[in-house]
Amino acid sequence: MTDLTLREARGKSSSRLEWMLVALGILALVAAPFFVYPIFLMKMLCFALFACAFNLLLGYTGLLSFGHAAFFGGAAYFTAHSIKVWGWPPEAGILLGVAGAALLGLVIGFFAIRRQGIYFAMITLALSQMFFFFCVQAEFTEGEDGIQGVPRGFLFGLIDLHVPLNIYYVVLAVFLIGVFAIWRIVNSPFGMILRSIRENENRATSLGYSVANYKLAAFVMSAALAGLAGSVKAIVFQFATLTDVAWQMSGEVILMTLLGGIGTMVGPIVGAGLVVALQNMLATSDFPVTIATGLIFMVCVLVFRRGIVGEIYARVFHPAGSSKD
Amino acid sequence: MIFGIPIQAFLGQLLVGLINGSFYALLSLGLAIIFGLLRVINFAHGAQYMLGAFAGYLLLAHLGIGYWPALILAPLIVGVTGIIIERLALSRLYDIDPLYGLLFTFGLALVLEGVFRYYFGVSGNPYPVPPLLAGGTNLGFMFLPIYRGWVVVASLVICIGVWLAIEKTKFGSYLRAATENPSLVQAFGVNVPLLLTLTYGLGAALAGLAGILAAPVYQVSPLMGSNLIIVVFAVVVVGGMGSILGAIVTGYMLGLAEGLTKVFYPEASNIVIFVIMAIVLLVRPAGLFGKDA
Repeated sequence: MTDLTLREARGKSSSRLEWMLVALGILALVAAPFFVYPIFLMKMLCFALFACAFNLLLGYTGLLSFGHAAFFGGAAYFTAHSIKVWGWPPEAGILLGVAGAALLGLVIGFFAIRRQGIYFAMITLALSQMFFFFCVQAEFTEGEDGIQGVPRGFLFGLIDLHVPLNIYYVVLAVFLIGVFAIWRIVNSPFGMILRSIRENENRATSLGYSVANYKLAAFVMSAALAGLAGSVKAIVFQFATLTDVAWQMSGEVILMTLLGGIGTMVGPIVGAGLVVALQNMLATSDFPVTIATGLIFMVCVLVFRRGIVGEIYARVFHPAGSSKD
Repeated sequence: MIFGIPIQAFLGQLLVGLINGSFYALLSLGLAIIFGLLRVINFAHGAQYMLGAFAGYLLLAHLGIGYWPALILAPLIVGVTGIIIERLALSRLYDIDPLYGLLFTFGLALVLEGVFRYYFGVSGNPYPVPPLLAGGTNLGFMFLPIYRGWVVVASLVICIGVWLAIEKTKFGSYLRAATENPSLVQAFGVNVPLLLTLTYGLGAALAGLAGILAAPVYQVSPLMGSNLIIVVFAVVVVGGMGSILGAIVTGYMLGLAEGLTKVFYPEASNIVIFVIMAIVLLVRPAGLFGKDA
């Protein structure tokens, strides 16, 4: 996605102000369960991690995947099944979910990176739909009902995840670790190469980088982290259903990222928070969520391509419009 | 008997495959025309197909307008809405990354689907087969419902007609030229923005036409387009969007492949097109008829 909006994406230097904001944000998240319903917060955190993982691919590698639901929902199924049917402890279940999502990412990515741009999006969509049909027919997903009543269990045999505050802080820890991992990846030499692929794939090739391998690596990492979000979600909500693997879910994570700001670190988190809050609000009214989602999509694409955080960056941090990385 | 399968069952599934293939061909044709000129993947194509079916259904239910006028009116309605959307929104997205066009039309598809789901629920509404095409005929080796035969013939005629129009007419030559090099064509005094608008309208109208053709075969339901469009995307990847004829041929071929799979290994019939797509990506990443690398 070599485009103005993305090129304006945030630079590598992080000012002191930004660090203070991050610290404040973390403090707010630590205090939040005392003021807001924890289940709702955990849903936000899971989707925020999902969106960040997705953004690693779209924002920093320039690949638009339309199939990330397969990794999110697939991992949720693997985790739920291993905990409920095999009696695995939560940490092993999460590990299996992440590994499964990474493997799925390897397979889907292997095919998808053979084409670029719009074809890449269509191929990921088609292959994730194939996985969806697999989940519809496979026995272990328990069909239309999904895997219900997954026990939360004890993390490392010690922490009782049935206690709301316990599970909240575990989810928060996973979220922070996941986002930190993404931040490290993005700002590593590896991440720089990914960005160079985003900006100019041919030039990256001519500099001697095997672009295909880097793309596949980014795809697998993004899938694994999306899987981490899905696994944790399965434990929090104690179920895994077809909703998590359906194409609408892939659309949702795109929306979160687009709304918050593609190629910004914080954008997907903000976007996920807003979308989840909006869904919660609309759940009690009779206004259909799909219409709201679609409208936000259209408005974002037409007039708001930088997203909320991208817009703030452009105005506050680079006001003169001289926003070169 | 063929490979232990009764010949009636075999031909029956082949016919189902041919009918599905007719819709794949019509829809991927529209997608290919739009993509060729606008460089936009029209995610709303499935929703426009649904809109065509609903236009027919509503015309009949509320105005008593039957199938034959609807066959003209429904595509016209969908085409005009397409033109409005192109003028108001899509035309602002041509200068930026094509992925934004995909995202915009995705949002549009969600809105259209959401609106119809809100008013009509998710259950399907039956649309009667027009009396002229009701009933069936015994071909000796199988029973052929006339309407299904009509769908296959009509879609073939439409596909070939559109292909000829693009290859042989003046408008078609402008279209092909503008696909190759829009700024040069503009320099020759052709109104390219108008051409883009009409092309999107034409593509949308084709989706609407497929929708009204499909109405008596499948039920008219708000969700009829969204699942189909993903399969059509796979068809488009297999064919490669470089050629109009390629899109048509691939559509029929994959429909038949799907029908055959239903005969021999029904469990895989949902995914066979995706599997073929994966194989084609391995062997010929540009697609069967694709030109681009």
